[in-house]
Amino acid sequence: MKLTLRVWRQQNSDADGAMSTYEVDGISADMSFLEMLDTLNEELIVKGEDPVAFDHDCREGICGACSLVINGDAHGPERTTTCQLHMRSFEDGDTIDVEPWRAAAFPVIKDLVVDRSAFDRIIQSGGYISAPTGSAPEAHATPVPKPDADFAFEHAECIGCGACVAACPNGSAMLFTSAKVNHLNVLPQGAPERETRVLDMVTQMDAEGFGGCTLTGECATACPKGIPLPSIAAMNKEWLRATRKARR
Amino acid sequence: MNDFVEYTTGEPVVDTKAPEGPVAERWDTRRFEAKLVNPANRRKHTVIVVGTGLAGGSAGATLAEQGYHVVQFCYQDSPRRAHSIAAQGGINAAKNYRNDGDSVYRLFYDTVKGGDFRARESNVHRLAQISVNIIDQCVAQGVPFAREYGGLLDTRSFGGVQVSRTFYARGQTGQQLLLGAYQALSKEIAAGNVELHPRTEMLDVVVVDGRARGIVARDLVTGRIDTYFADAVVLASGGYGNVFYLSTNAMNSNATAVWRAHRRGAYFANPCFTQIHPTCIPRTGDHQSKLTLMSESLRNDGRIWVPKAKGDTRPAAEIPEDERDYYLERIYPSFGNLVPRDIASRAAKNVCDEGRGVGPGGQGVYLDFADAIARMGRKAVEAKYGNLFDMYQRITDEDPYRVPMRIYPAVHYTMGGLWVDYDLQTTVPGLFAIGEANFSDHGANRLGASALMQGLADGYFVLPSTINDYLARNPHQDEVDDEHPAVREVVAETEDRLNLLLAVDGDRTPDSFHRELGELMWEFCGMARTDSGLRKALERIPQIREEFWRRIKVPGSGEEFNQSLEKANRIVDYLELAELMCLDALHRAESCGGHFREESQTPDGEAERRDEEFSYAAAWEFAGTGTAPVLHKEDLVFEYVHPTQRSYA
Repeated sequence: MKLTLRVWRQQNSDADGAMSTYEVDGISADMSFLEMLDTLNEELIVKGEDPVAFDHDCREGICGACSLVINGDAHGPERTTTCQLHMRSFEDGDTIDVEPWRAAAFPVIKDLVVDRSAFDRIIQSGGYISAPTGSAPEAHATPVPKPDADFAFEHAECIGCGACVAACPNGSAMLFTSAKVNHLNVLPQGAPERETRVLDMVTQMDAEGFGGCTLTGECATACPKGIPLPSIAAMNKEWLRATRKARR
Repeated sequence: MNDFVEYTTGEPVVDTKAPEGPVAERWDTRRFEAKLVNPANRRKHTVIVVGTGLAGGSAGATLAEQGYHVVQFCYQDSPRRAHSIAAQGGINAAKNYRNDGDSVYRLFYDTVKGGDFRARESNVHRLAQISVNIIDQCVAQGVPFAREYGGLLDTRSFGGVQVSRTFYARGQTGQQLLLGAYQALSKEIAAGNVELHPRTEMLDVVVVDGRARGIVARDLVTGRIDTYFADAVVLASGGYGNVFYLSTNAMNSNATAVWRAHRRGAYFANPCFTQIHPTCIPRTGDHQSKLTLMSESLRNDGRIWVPKAKGDTRPAAEIPEDERDYYLERIYPSFGNLVPRDIASRAAKNVCDEGRGVGPGGQGVYLDFADAIARMGRKAVEAKYGNLFDMYQRITDEDPYRVPMRIYPAVHYTMGGLWVDYDLQTTVPGLFAIGEANFSDHGANRLGASALMQGLADGYFVLPSTINDYLARNPHQDEVDDEHPAVREVVAETEDRLNLLLAVDGDRTPDSFHRELGELMWEFCGMARTDSGLRKALERIPQIREEFWRRIKVPGSGEEFNQSLEKANRIVDYLELAELMCLDALHRAESCGGHFREESQTPDGEAERRDEEFSYAAAWEFAGTGTAPVLHKEDLVFEYVHPTQRSYA
């Protein structure tokens, strides 16, 4: 198929950006969206032009590197990562807009590449269980009820791509932050740091410039891993519980 | 003996750190003999760790907990994205929670045998011992392993073994283990014990007076080239499967760190030991940029078959049961669909070569879940493999609950890597290699769910003990700075290389060269290798290299975010490493594990090892680009698991 692409080009974080238009031809329905961009880039390089920069790595939907807003949707029309989106989701002759994540806390580095280090700092503020190597008890010493283990896993699936932030009209990181809080807080191993974890992570999240949550639900709709919207409610409950405990 | 290839044979290489005594006591012996660094003095030592996967992430976190100052690097924007994250199936541990006859000794035995008797017994036994601690450690960190209704951990079986010792987190075990290590690392970053440099790629090692003292790295955002100095350098940069262009590795996984270390004096061991994974999604066309694995755990419940007749193009559903060939169950009745990876891959190649392959181009075999769905119900299959089925459907647009999956082998893992001693130290003092970057534990074939085990064993437990010994014995090394002649030289070399790549201004893209090299390697150094094929490849690679330096086109400049320059620079190293892989494959005129030489097979087509000639690890010393390397042999001694021709029938 033949497509018209309108791609956000921006030389670096200080430069102004703009949409540029490109035509690509001979695109197969079996190609992934990123392979379609590879095709464009191969042509640009041969012509001596600067290829389009975009983050990508595993290309199997798990590393969380790829991060494109396609026709206004984070990761495009299917509920998956950009790398797992295939061209069969588009029609011959389509015009496709390709933009980077848009959020105050995710500055553009170049073209479609953004800086998501704010997410790492949120994890650093408390998204872990302190268990120095060698100090662990026998794994079967503490059984974990299966529903709790499943709840933890469901939230631990987050790949940290940032689609939730990109989709949110407020640029909020509540879904990302809540996923890690819920993963660790439900487990017996996470209990000792349960209160400080949620308080510190929410404080860091706010400090990074992410917006507030008004429960529009766009985040959970865009999440390629299906982190559910009630994750946010569960974190709010954890936060309230922790603040009450802190006051005592 | 070596009149047919260009290499010379040097002195044997000996692992001087391997302790004597009963195999089960060697690790305790070594830990006791290793010198310690006083906790108060650890803060004065800086250790560089390159890579943040399971090995690097766990090593960085643990060294920082011990009190060392850690400076850590990853090319990704976040340490959480290292490619360990993509491991699906699980992690082995000899917990024997199932009471099914497992033990440390059995895991040791299975791994030595699975590796086709080309790994060190001492290392493998240590790995089996540590496996049980890894599970404890990960559970304590909050890794949400699959559990049963009683709240205890669930396990499953995996290829090449007959016990159920694989712990898992649905089909995302690597993700969950990596996030555990990432979180432990994050805690140390927040505490100021780890200085992290994301989006920074190591381009060379700084060796001063024969010791590794730092690295040269490029900031991928600004293009700035910087030097970083330390008392020891740890490479945890992963494998080199991307030499083949198409593999299950991440797009940016690369061999530059290990290859540059090799050029600076670290021996490279068994480069031809590459693992072709039997269950990957077949390619669809020339646009293909990478291959996607379907976890080996699927072979627990899926049945592999092809039509009995050649050229049978009927849809799977229309082929009656008696016209199907469940070839693994037929040839290997006791292991059936759970034979080791190398055997399953080769069997798939054989049936496709016979013209019985399925799907476009006949490059595929069926992995059928119809029986499993009938037996367990769709719900149970969904719970076990749901995310893998979804991924398959997304990529192929076919519903594996209704039609059998199509799979084909693909390059997945590299057992070869930098030669290390029992302490995981390379032949360059102060330079350590852990995880897939070293060669030590898997021999000629890695068993499923053992890569995660090795990465975490090295990072959490082995290296943190052994590096103490090196640092304790070298407490006061001379200061090094940018003015040191050795440092100036390595920086200048790096800058010259990048500038040259930019200056050629030819007419071919980096990917076009990478693809050409990959196709050549897949054809001649892939699933089956021959003397004549390898010679062809050895003749062709220098020609591609010459053409590369004449026609490469890298747009933009070095002082900016430039992904084409990153790629081109990695290909420079692939073009040299590929040559060593072919040479190693040519010199090893036996079949073993993932290395199948067509000249060396049993009458029924199985790999035939030749222990009297090749029971050694081949450690290669670099002598210059295009110059004959030097082969150093490390003899392998088997005191416990006696080499037999592997049989899974």
